Amino acid sequence: MYNGRMTKYPMPVQAPEERVGNFSEVALGYDEETAKFEAERCIHCKNRPCVGGCPVSVRIPDFIEKISEGAFEEAYQIISESSALPAVCGRVCPQEKQCEKFCVRGIKGEPVGIGRLERFAADHHYKHAPKAERPVSNGRRVAVVGSGPAGLACAGDLARLGYDVTVFEALHTAGGVLVYGIPEFRLPKRIVEREVEHLVSLGVKVETNSVIGRLYTVEELRTELGFEAVFLGTGAGLPRFMGIKGENAKGVFSANEYLTRVNLMKAYEEDSETPVYRGKKVTVVGGGNVAMDAARTARRLGADVTVIYRRGAEELPARREETEHAMEEGVKFKFLTNPVEILTDSQNAAAALRCVEMELGAPDESGRRRPCVKEGSEFTVETDCVIMALGTSPNPLIQKTTAGLETRPHGEILADENGKTSLEGVFAGGDAVTGSATVILAMGAGKAAARSIDEYLRSKA
Amino acid sequence: MYRILTRRKLNQNVTMIEVEAPRIAQKALAGQFIILRVDERGERIPLTIAGTDIGRGAVAVIFQVVGGTTMALDQKGEGEFLSDFVGPLGNPTDVEGVKRAIVVGGGVGCAIALPVAGRLKEIGAEVHTVIGFRSREFVILEEEFRALSDKFSLTTDDGSYGEKGNVCIPLKRLLEEGGYDAVYTIGPLAMMKYTALTTKPYNVRTVASMDPIMIDGTGMCGCCRVTVDGVTKFACVDGPDFDAQKIDFDETMQRNRAYLGFEATMREKHCNLFKKEGTDV
Repeated sequence: MYNGRMTKYPMPVQAPEERVGNFSEVALGYDEETAKFEAERCIHCKNRPCVGGCPVSVRIPDFIEKISEGAFEEAYQIISESSALPAVCGRVCPQEKQCEKFCVRGIKGEPVGIGRLERFAADHHYKHAPKAERPVSNGRRVAVVGSGPAGLACAGDLARLGYDVTVFEALHTAGGVLVYGIPEFRLPKRIVEREVEHLVSLGVKVETNSVIGRLYTVEELRTELGFEAVFLGTGAGLPRFMGIKGENAKGVFSANEYLTRVNLMKAYEEDSETPVYRGKKVTVVGGGNVAMDAARTARRLGADVTVIYRRGAEELPARREETEHAMEEGVKFKFLTNPVEILTDSQNAAAALRCVEMELGAPDESGRRRPCVKEGSEFTVETDCVIMALGTSPNPLIQKTTAGLETRPHGEILADENGKTSLEGVFAGGDAVTGSATVILAMGAGKAAARSIDEYLRSKA
Repeated sequence: MYRILTRRKLNQNVTMIEVEAPRIAQKALAGQFIILRVDERGERIPLTIAGTDIGRGAVAVIFQVVGGTTMALDQKGEGEFLSDFVGPLGNPTDVEGVKRAIVVGGGVGCAIALPVAGRLKEIGAEVHTVIGFRSREFVILEEEFRALSDKFSLTTDDGSYGEKGNVCIPLKRLLEEGGYDAVYTIGPLAMMKYTALTTKPYNVRTVASMDPIMIDGTGMCGCCRVTVDGVTKFACVDGPDFDAQKIDFDETMQRNRAYLGFEATMREKHCNLFKKEGTDV
């Protein structure tokens, strides 16, 4: 049955005034009835442009059809053919730039809520699915370095193929950026834990507190520990700074530090031992998802928050829903503004930001209009806490400690579309290869590498 | 979980523990550090490795009780467990080609100075050490240093033991003799700053081991940034050792004070907690 409704069924959410006081998930998810109604908005057009918009080509109309029929588990199984982390991607994918961008229903009205339906199918699966059966082991050992989206996806696919997989994680909790970066209110940590538990039930071993490059080099994983292949999914965690005066003052943080303290170390909870700097007037520099996460986290810690972004509202790279949620929660925005100096008090703590106004010139190589400084536009913004959310570069440790592993100038590991690196038996994928990108691309790269590792090991057998 | 093999009080504020971590013991070199968490709710704190015993799979760290975490750590006895123990992190101290060196240790920093002195001995260098403390009651590792050193001096600020004054006095005397390839300084930031000022006119390579606030220890948080020669460096992946003449010590001193208020609160909270549990602190 076709549903002619022009707009998506609204996502139930916690009210803004309520949610700024807690860290619980903002979007609550569709119930079965709403999911079916939303699924019926899909007209099942012939060309299926949504599938082309999905970085991993999920068979979108097919899973949507299953939802409209009430066959929710079947819907999940269809998504699972292409995606390892549907519960995560349904929540964090920038759908408006991917699948939903191409939805025919979006020409007049709103596209089908594909992300919301994906999330629904995944959440339904976890509520009802029986425990996974452990595949028969083929006895061949593969090491996966890093337990973020790329590593989890790669480990899962290899385990299903029968490989004996060990995941090495540097931090004390598995999940990578999904646990240290993305906040609880956007991606509950329970969901990531469930993904990791699922891998463990498939027989994957997870070694936390294991910094590869230090504890074992990649070479030692192979020679001493006997892994036949290694996948590097070490991510892009090295924060960038602006290089402006005052940046090392007290009260100036990378978004990574701020979010790690709050998400991974749970600094917002009464009994956590980890401190977090509770600024009263927080400024966040940047316009991506991480900037929104930091701004909304600071709001929840009681601050007055302003996001400073050098381009305009139209150019914000963050997922639209995150920007909207941030605005609803009272985060202020100063567009076309760029800091040039952090002014400090006598204790060398941040006191104000000296900024300039920007205007947009001709498009640059990214296709976005390049911001230029407006002459004589300098002004200051009072602030006691500055969070830099300017993007990240690949973690350097593996690159520095692995002889023969070729990299790009910014430290990205060189790998082809199948994850093959310059070293035989060593594969890589995700942000470690591309620089900071999306969860779904990293997940897709992990899956591609798993196929490639399987082929490699079969050819060697 | 990581088991505490031995625990020894070095003075009223400073404790040494050996933790069972065989692979770290095998891999660690002088100058590297670990990050630990006492329990599930704990914070991650970096501690420099004070020694290793490969045969027993033991990694020694020495800590001073300053905040809630070190207080909780100090409550752990032999046979008890730490929830996390990660390492070895950071770059080992560069001792290559050094034939004659001075090692300057201050207070609890002596814990880190000792393995550096040991490493220098191992490569056949002549090692002169200067260690300094506030007063007699805080002296640690004296015997260990004496055993390693070709020349040894000890100072206390109040003159209650050894030479009265700070480490720069015997350091200057040694420098006057000349012939040193390097000076390694490990201790309070103010001491390292003044060591650097003292060695400067003598043109001796001077290396300081920095211990800024850290979270992950792998280059991810940027919390441990230190300005060296005007450039921002991350102590965890670029250090922890840097050219002491180029470090902005004043900036790091300010940064290390960022959580003083919080530390005091947590210390009090832990004190109350331990009192409640009937253990004395």
